[in-house]
Amino acid sequence: MNITLRVWRQKGPEDEGKLVTYGLEDVSTDMSFLELLDVLNEQLTLAGDEPIAFDNDCREGICGTCGVVINGIAHGPEVTTVCQLHMRSFKDGDVIDVEPWRAGAFPVIKDLVVDRSAFDRIIQAGGYISAPTGSAPDANSIAVPKKDADHAFDAATCIGCGACVAACPNGSAMLFTAAKVTHLGLLPQGQPERDSRVIGMVNQHDEEGFGGCTNIGECTAACPKSIPLDTISRLNRDLLSALASGDA
Amino acid sequence: MTQFHTDGAPIEDTKAPRDVPIAEIWDKRRVETKLVNPTNRRKLDVIIVGTGLAGSSAAATLAEAGYNVKSFCYQDSPRRAHSIAAQGGINAAKNYRNDSDSVYRLFYDTVKGGDYRSRESNSYRLAQISVEIIDQCVAQGVPFAREYGGLLDNRSFGGVQVARTFYARGQTGQQLLLGAYQALERQIGAGTVQMHTRHEMLELVVVEGKARGVIVRDMVTGEIETHFADAVVLASGGYGNVYYLSTNAMGCNVTATWRAHRKGAYFANPCYTQIHPTCIPVSGEYQSKLTLMSESLRNDGRIWVPKDKADLEKDPREIPESDRDYYLERKYPSFGNLVPRDVASRNAKGVCDEGRGVGPGGRGVYLDFAEALARLGRPAIEAKYGNLFDMYERITGENPYEVPMRIYPAIHYTMGGLWVDYDLQSSIPGLFVTGEANFSDHGANRLGASALMQALSDGYFVLPNTINDYLADGPFDEVDESHPEAVEAIAAVDERIKKLLAVNGSRTVDSFHKELGHIVWEYCGMERNAEGLTKAVGLIRSLKEEFWRDVKVTGVNEEFNQTLERAGRVADFFELAELMCIDALVRGESCGGHFRSESQTEEGEALRDDEEFAFVSAWEFAGDEPILHKEALEFENIALKQRSYK
Repeated sequence: MNITLRVWRQKGPEDEGKLVTYGLEDVSTDMSFLELLDVLNEQLTLAGDEPIAFDNDCREGICGTCGVVINGIAHGPEVTTVCQLHMRSFKDGDVIDVEPWRAGAFPVIKDLVVDRSAFDRIIQAGGYISAPTGSAPDANSIAVPKKDADHAFDAATCIGCGACVAACPNGSAMLFTAAKVTHLGLLPQGQPERDSRVIGMVNQHDEEGFGGCTNIGECTAACPKSIPLDTISRLNRDLLSALASGDA
Repeated sequence: MTQFHTDGAPIEDTKAPRDVPIAEIWDKRRVETKLVNPTNRRKLDVIIVGTGLAGSSAAATLAEAGYNVKSFCYQDSPRRAHSIAAQGGINAAKNYRNDSDSVYRLFYDTVKGGDYRSRESNSYRLAQISVEIIDQCVAQGVPFAREYGGLLDNRSFGGVQVARTFYARGQTGQQLLLGAYQALERQIGAGTVQMHTRHEMLELVVVEGKARGVIVRDMVTGEIETHFADAVVLASGGYGNVYYLSTNAMGCNVTATWRAHRKGAYFANPCYTQIHPTCIPVSGEYQSKLTLMSESLRNDGRIWVPKDKADLEKDPREIPESDRDYYLERKYPSFGNLVPRDVASRNAKGVCDEGRGVGPGGRGVYLDFAEALARLGRPAIEAKYGNLFDMYERITGENPYEVPMRIYPAIHYTMGGLWVDYDLQSSIPGLFVTGEANFSDHGANRLGASALMQALSDGYFVLPNTINDYLADGPFDEVDESHPEAVEAIAAVDERIKKLLAVNGSRTVDSFHKELGHIVWEYCGMERNAEGLTKAVGLIRSLKEEFWRDVKVTGVNEEFNQTLERAGRVADFFELAELMCIDALVRGESCGGHFRSESQTEEGEALRDDEEFAFVSAWEFAGDEPILHKEALEFENIALKQRSYK
């Protein structure tokens, strides 16, 4: 099939940027979306043009490196990462707009590549359990109810791609933050730092310039791992209780 | 036979104490090592390259101990390293199942699985430490699978007879890496680790014979930076991407270890690569990577191809039982579809080479669940394999509940890597190597669920105990960018980048990488022989020459330039590919993942040659004619046996 791409090109953070149109012929429906960009880049390189910069690595939907907005939707029309999106989700003659994550806290580095280091700083502010190597008791000394372990796991599957931020009209990273607060807060090992964790992470979230959450739910709809919205309710409960206890 | 190498002096590990039983070696080594007083640790700097399981865990642990750590990764966050993609699980000799597991049994399985080509002392220590890893990870909040009583669940994995594998659904690597990443971020927040993301190591700085620093490129600005330390740790992963198509991430590369090799670090057993039998086949020329599906599928799926080539284009469901060749069940009646990875892979290639492969390009075999669906019902199959079936359908567009899956082998893991002693120190003093980047503990073949175990064993427990012995002699003399050896290294990096950009030829980097991958896959893949390997060395050399004459790298250095990044990595893959073929040529036996067609039994099985080849090949860089140093392997605790899966 034939596809027309309109791709956001931006030389650097200070450049204004614009959409540039490219035509692709004989596109296989078995190709992934990123393989389509590979093919285009080979053509651009041979023509002496600058290839399109885009972040990607594992190409199996788990590392969280890739992510672009396709026709206005973070990661495109399927509930998966863009590396696992295949051209069979499109049809012959489609015109597809490809843009980087749009959020104040994710400045564009080049073309479709953005800086997501704010996520690492949110984790630094409390997204961990302090357990220096060597200090652990036997793994089976603490029983964790299966229900809690399973819920913690569901939240822990967040891949940190940033689709939630790109999808949110407020540019909020509350789903990302809440996923970690939920994962660690559900486990017995996570209790001692539960209050300081939620306060530290939410403060850092705000300092990074992410917007506030107004319960719109676009984040969970765009999330390739379907992190549930109730993690945010849980974060709000934890935050309230931590602030009320006053000793965090 | 053309000889491409020269022979050097034998080498040996001098760090593992030899006068105690194997179970006491690690304790004794820890008593012998020099210590560094906690107040002196803050005067010592350690550079760690790579933030996968082996790198993150080491960075966090050394920082907790009080050292100043500088950590580097090419990704935009340390959490993205490719350890994250490991699916299956992590082994530990906990014996929580009460099924007669023990440290000794895990040690035995590791040495046997590695086809008796690993060092006994290292493999034993790995099994000992395995139990501590699980404790550590649970304390960090890794959400392992649990039973209704709240205790940890286990499953059996990869042809062993005990259930010792801990897992977190099909995302064990992700959860373990996030645990190590969070520990690392905690230290970054505390100011004890200086993190450099989007930085790629391009050179090692060796001063007066000691590893003292690295030269890195800031991948956003192109700036070339030099960083110094008292010791350097490489935790930069494996080199599977030399094959172009592999289950590795797109950015995985050999540059860090290869640059160290050129500076004097020996490269051990480069020909030991592991091929995984159950990957989704290639669908076209544009294919950029291969996706693995868990081997557990072979528990219920039956592997077959049509007996007659005339049936290749038919709908597989229309082909009657009598016209199907269930070749694994036919050739290996006792193990059937559950033969080890290398046997399953080689047989798949065999039937495709005969022209009986199915799907695009004739490179695939059927993995059929029709019988299991009839026997167990769809709900049972969904519960067991639902996520894998979904993944298959997402990638291929075919519904495996309706039509048989198609699978084909792919490169998955590399057992070879930089040579290290028992302390994980390379042949360059002060250069340590951990995880998949070292040649380590797996011998010629790695057991399922043992990669995560080794990476975390190295990073959390081995290195933080052994590196003190070296650092106790520090801090070493101050060096800066004006030191002649640093000046030379910086100039070499600059010159290489300029050279890549100056060629301005007519072929893309990827086209060279693909062609290189084809050569290595064809001649140094599942089956190797002297004729093919000799031919491959010639092909690689002429392609390398063409690369430096005709590659097209767009843009400039002083910008975010992904083409330039890839060009540098491919240039190093050329040199590694040559060494892999030379190593495979020298090893005239079949062992583990290395199958030499000249060395097989009458039934066509791998035939090891312990008289001639019970050694580690440790290669010293010397241009076109590398020098081979042999480390003899001695087996004092486990008797050597030939594998049989008939």
